[in-house]
Amino acid sequence: MTRQEEDARIAAVAADPRYVALVARRARLGWWLSAAIFCAFVGYLLLIAFDKALLGAPIGAGVTSIGIPIGLGLILLAIALTGLYVAYANRHHDAQMAQILKDNGA
Amino acid sequence: MRAWLVALALIPSPAFAAALEGEAERQPINWVAIAMFVAFVGLTLWITKAASARTRTASDFYTAGGGITGFQNGLAMAGDYMSAASFLGISAQIFNDGYDGLIYSTGFLVGWPILLFLMAERLRNLGRFTFADVASYRFAQPPVRSFAAVSTLLVVSFYLIAQMVGAGQLIKLLFGLPYALAVVIVGALMMLYVLFGGMRATTWVQIIKAVLLLGGASFMALMVLAQMGFSLETLFARAVEVKTQAALAHGANAGEAAERGRSIMAPGNFIKDPVSAISFGLALMLGTAGLPHILMRFFTVPDAKEARKSVLWATGWIGYFYILTFIIGFGAIVLVGTDAGYLDAQGALREGGNMAAIHLAHAIGGNAFLGFISAVAFATILAVVAGLTLSAASAVSHDLYATIFKHGQASSVDELRVSRLTTLALGALAVLLGLVFEKQNVAFMVSLAFALAASGNFPVLILSLLWSGCTTRGAAWGGTIGLLTAFVLTLLSPAVWTTTFGLGVAPFPYSSAAIFSVPAGFIAIWLISRLDASPRAAVDKAGYPAQRVRAETGIGAFAASDH
Repeated sequence: MTRQEEDARIAAVAADPRYVALVARRARLGWWLSAAIFCAFVGYLLLIAFDKALLGAPIGAGVTSIGIPIGLGLILLAIALTGLYVAYANRHHDAQMAQILKDNGA
Repeated sequence: MRAWLVALALIPSPAFAAALEGEAERQPINWVAIAMFVAFVGLTLWITKAASARTRTASDFYTAGGGITGFQNGLAMAGDYMSAASFLGISAQIFNDGYDGLIYSTGFLVGWPILLFLMAERLRNLGRFTFADVASYRFAQPPVRSFAAVSTLLVVSFYLIAQMVGAGQLIKLLFGLPYALAVVIVGALMMLYVLFGGMRATTWVQIIKAVLLLGGASFMALMVLAQMGFSLETLFARAVEVKTQAALAHGANAGEAAERGRSIMAPGNFIKDPVSAISFGLALMLGTAGLPHILMRFFTVPDAKEARKSVLWATGWIGYFYILTFIIGFGAIVLVGTDAGYLDAQGALREGGNMAAIHLAHAIGGNAFLGFISAVAFATILAVVAGLTLSAASAVSHDLYATIFKHGQASSVDELRVSRLTTLALGALAVLLGLVFEKQNVAFMVSLAFALAASGNFPVLILSLLWSGCTTRGAAWGGTIGLLTAFVLTLLSPAVWTTTFGLGVAPFPYSSAAIFSVPAGFIAIWLISRLDASPRAAVDKAGYPAQRVRAETGIGAFAASDH
């Protein structure tokens, strides 16, 4: 593909309303998930800064404290959210993008 | 002990704090560990030899030809990121204070999802060899490339010095080799890998190291859990019991001892003031998404889909590793903390505070497993420094030499030659700095590297990728302001001003600069771009829509060269 053909294709894709909607949807998902992990982590730090006793409180009659499932949960949340994003992108995004690119092909 | 705890609160890699502050005691030579390490080196050098036959072009050297799969790249990223400091340092911190170690672990992990959600696919679609390719995509090349190259060299240098000094101390401790010899071995091996095998050899060193480290840590955690009837509750209960008994033995009354025992289940001294806490968290989180040697790994996969999968695998492995480390730390309290053979007369760990995991390896699997874990720690350092060196070498050869000095007209052969010369120079420099800084406290350097990456690289990448109004001037100068703010505030912070240079009360009271320097970077880029009325600014803004389409779709992306 020459540079001119490539530029023409880019212009065609950019003008496709399906492209605009698809990219907006992915960007929205990306920002929401970023906000989710950001807030979860900052919230965790604030909890540590202001309420250590709460995190140290035992669960039921046992020794394990509430802070343990919260901290480990944050690690699992990070993995789960990346998994969610990859699953969405693999299942929905790629196929639609491929179709848009195909329809606007040279 | 007190100073050790304070240092822990200030830096992200506690093992190095412990290793770097006191001079490590030299151990009797550990032959099992050395034999296992020699086996690792033999295997990796053989891989390097095989890789060298296939490293002919600049693309081979920088990106392994772009033919690494998402799964392999995820493992290599984990191998690049999980340092000996996280393994030994975090488990040692849990051994001492319990819960606090978990706070570090979460901080080191949460940057990965953000890297994926905002950057990974776009990086792969726009970039070729270095993150500067992406940051400077629609801008005038010299200013933005120079910024990115300087920033890469700064981040890598500080990270590398900390790794070299930590490596020397750790190896002296684990293998009984003299410090200088240890530093020279690390420097020489890292040069061999990068010089002859480029990204291909570096990737495989990182993959093998990741598998060994994850395998070894899994075995340790499994053995700990097996002794506890696979119940975390039992593990924690016994750890609390051990700490309570230890406090009683030190003359505490029953109430105090019980409180001391319980304290390992709650956050302790890690966070002194909320501003430092948030600031340090920001540096870790956003710095991860701006580390040049991590960003460079996105160009080794064939397309955006594999880039995305890389992050999922990396996040999964790194998160799993931190969970293992948590179990290992508590396991060490129960199994090492009760065995007089591992403790000195005061009840502290023999051979220094960061030996908890090493002693636990011995408690679980005897001398052979101790040797294995020691060799893995050495391999871990090698994999990290090789990745760092490669990324600094490409900043010099690709960004400074080929793009700026030769205006993009350098032949692949010339570019390759310059990368190799740079690697040689960097290897020599790293060894030299490792020797110079032997007795210095360089623990702050890792947190400085993260703060620089978060305040310079991260804002420049985000705004150049996602804001149409960003201009050449804004990116180059705004990014520089972010870097400088982080640098100056870190120099004025307690870890450097008071602890390292002994200049008294630090002018900047917080332990991390990020809460000020990250916004400084973003605001400076925004403001300078808005005020920029130069003809070049018009070109920069006009280039955004096409760049955005390329970033989202992968049209015109550099393809893998050997698949």
